[in-house]
Amino acid sequence: MSATKAPVKKHNGPRESLFSRSGAMLVMAICTFYFLIPIWWLFVAATKDRGDFTSSAPLWFADFNLVENIVNLANYRDGLFFQWMLNSILYAGAGAAVATLFATMMGYALAKYSFRGRETLFNVVLGGVLVPATALALPLFLVFSQVGATNTFWSVFLPSIVSPFGVYLARIYATSSVPDELVEAARIDGSGEVRTFFTVATRLMTPAMVTIFLFQFVTIWNNFFLPLIMLRDEKLFPVTLGLYIWNSQVNQIPEIRAYVIIGALLSIIPLIIAFLSLQRFWRSGLGTGALK
Amino acid sequence: MTTDIATPATPKKAVTKKIRVKTKATNNRAAVLFFIAPFSILFSLFYILPILVAIYQSLLTVEREGTFGKPTEVFGGFVQYARVFQDSSFWDSILRVLGFGIVQVPVMLGLALLLALLLDSPLVKGKRFFRLAFFAPYAVPGVIAAVMWGFLYSPNLSPFTAITKEINFLGADLVLWSIANVVTWVFVGYNMIIIYSALLAIPSEIYEAARLDGASQARIAWSIKIPLITPAITLTAIFSIIGTLQLLAEPQVFKSFTSAVTSTYTPNLLIYSTASVPNVNLAAAFSVVLALFTFALSFTVLKFTQRKAD
Repeated sequence: MSATKAPVKKHNGPRESLFSRSGAMLVMAICTFYFLIPIWWLFVAATKDRGDFTSSAPLWFADFNLVENIVNLANYRDGLFFQWMLNSILYAGAGAAVATLFATMMGYALAKYSFRGRETLFNVVLGGVLVPATALALPLFLVFSQVGATNTFWSVFLPSIVSPFGVYLARIYATSSVPDELVEAARIDGSGEVRTFFTVATRLMTPAMVTIFLFQFVTIWNNFFLPLIMLRDEKLFPVTLGLYIWNSQVNQIPEIRAYVIIGALLSIIPLIIAFLSLQRFWRSGLGTGALK
Repeated sequence: MTTDIATPATPKKAVTKKIRVKTKATNNRAAVLFFIAPFSILFSLFYILPILVAIYQSLLTVEREGTFGKPTEVFGGFVQYARVFQDSSFWDSILRVLGFGIVQVPVMLGLALLLALLLDSPLVKGKRFFRLAFFAPYAVPGVIAAVMWGFLYSPNLSPFTAITKEINFLGADLVLWSIANVVTWVFVGYNMIIIYSALLAIPSEIYEAARLDGASQARIAWSIKIPLITPAITLTAIFSIIGTLQLLAEPQVFKSFTSAVTSTYTPNLLIYSTASVPNVNLAAAFSVVLALFTFALSFTVLKFTQRKAD
């Protein structure tokens, strides 16, 4: 680059060369193709009837049968698939909401109060971040089978409302974005500690809370090992486990393949909606740390 | 962070508000208890207790009176652990996922870092679109992603039959790397967002001077940005290593596409098949060893990168 001998350009900093700009855009284009083609294929495949699925071009539409496919799926085995979707929404939606509340309370307490054993507690929770959900599936099964509670809604729901990573995020965020002076001011105004948390702190911590909610929602929605090991009753299945079971039956029941494909498409829509609609929050949630 | 104040007393405040200290302290104790109790109780019940129960179960062994007698669980010491260490399928599965991780984690994180740096540079237009496009696969659960890619790899149904008829992506030689591709596809965007957020947090004044001096974007990225976001990269590396050792959903799905994936293919598949035999005690011992192994490995990475940063 020749920025040194062109002082006119200097006020904007050096301009990037055409070569590096087109190189960068080429990388972006190839990656877009890689990341979006499978989803595009799934969408196209979900609009086809059984004949077109095997005979027409896989990446373009034949007769548009998306609605018929959804209706067929809803009629198949009394709408079992939509029962699974409902279960997943309940496990993930309610689970993530409760997990976010508890993790935020815990993180706020760790950031804003000093009490005996605080650092020990935080380190134990951090250790929990390093214990992945899959490693706990079998131990949780052992615990629930001691009390005869496997194969219940609670056996999948209760373990998923604990989010050590949420506590970690909430603590960091509360430290940087809830000023001590503000908490102190609320205290002088006579606001109780709990009320200060719910009226002042949660408002300032909203970006962090949305981030925790989303990540926990995805974690629960994607959870597979725990329901696989806990549940026998297919009416309790989340959508991932249900589609897994159907997919493993494709060889015996060929017509089920169409249901797997349309079901797979429908199962990713709630997550895409959640991410798009809450984008504004989770983007700032991980980024901002500056406190003025 | 203000983590250095571990002592319960807060002398600074006590100087200015001596009279209020006592009532405030008791109020605070109740408030602190209210804030930490729900999480702490659930954490004890669903994190700590299961680990203790698993350790306890792993120390038991089943004894029968005669071949068909009633089975009873008795304390067996380290009998199960002796079995774990002699079990070659367990160590094969550990080696398999380690080999997987040594290749897949650097590829995935390298790609995530490259894309995050490009998104953060002035070289790219349409950032909003690209950010969403790359992140979209994270909305696809691992099971669903594996089902989709199973079709894409298929020699008959794939949109790319020209390739998949020639190369058997589901054969014993390649299937591990076909699974690696699925995992990479899902998680690049997620890691990219974490790294990108760290980049956004760097005040732009820091590299304005370098830009005015004519440093290229690549130079700025290498000499200024990457050193500043090392903690974020460490975080993604640790989560990726954990994820690799815990690999389950994708190979479990691939079992129905190909016989090359066995029921002992990854440590968690082995744990699942052992538990459904059922041999709960041995499965618990596998779990404990795998958890310790995972913990040790991520701890080592953490310490290693921290020492380098100092």
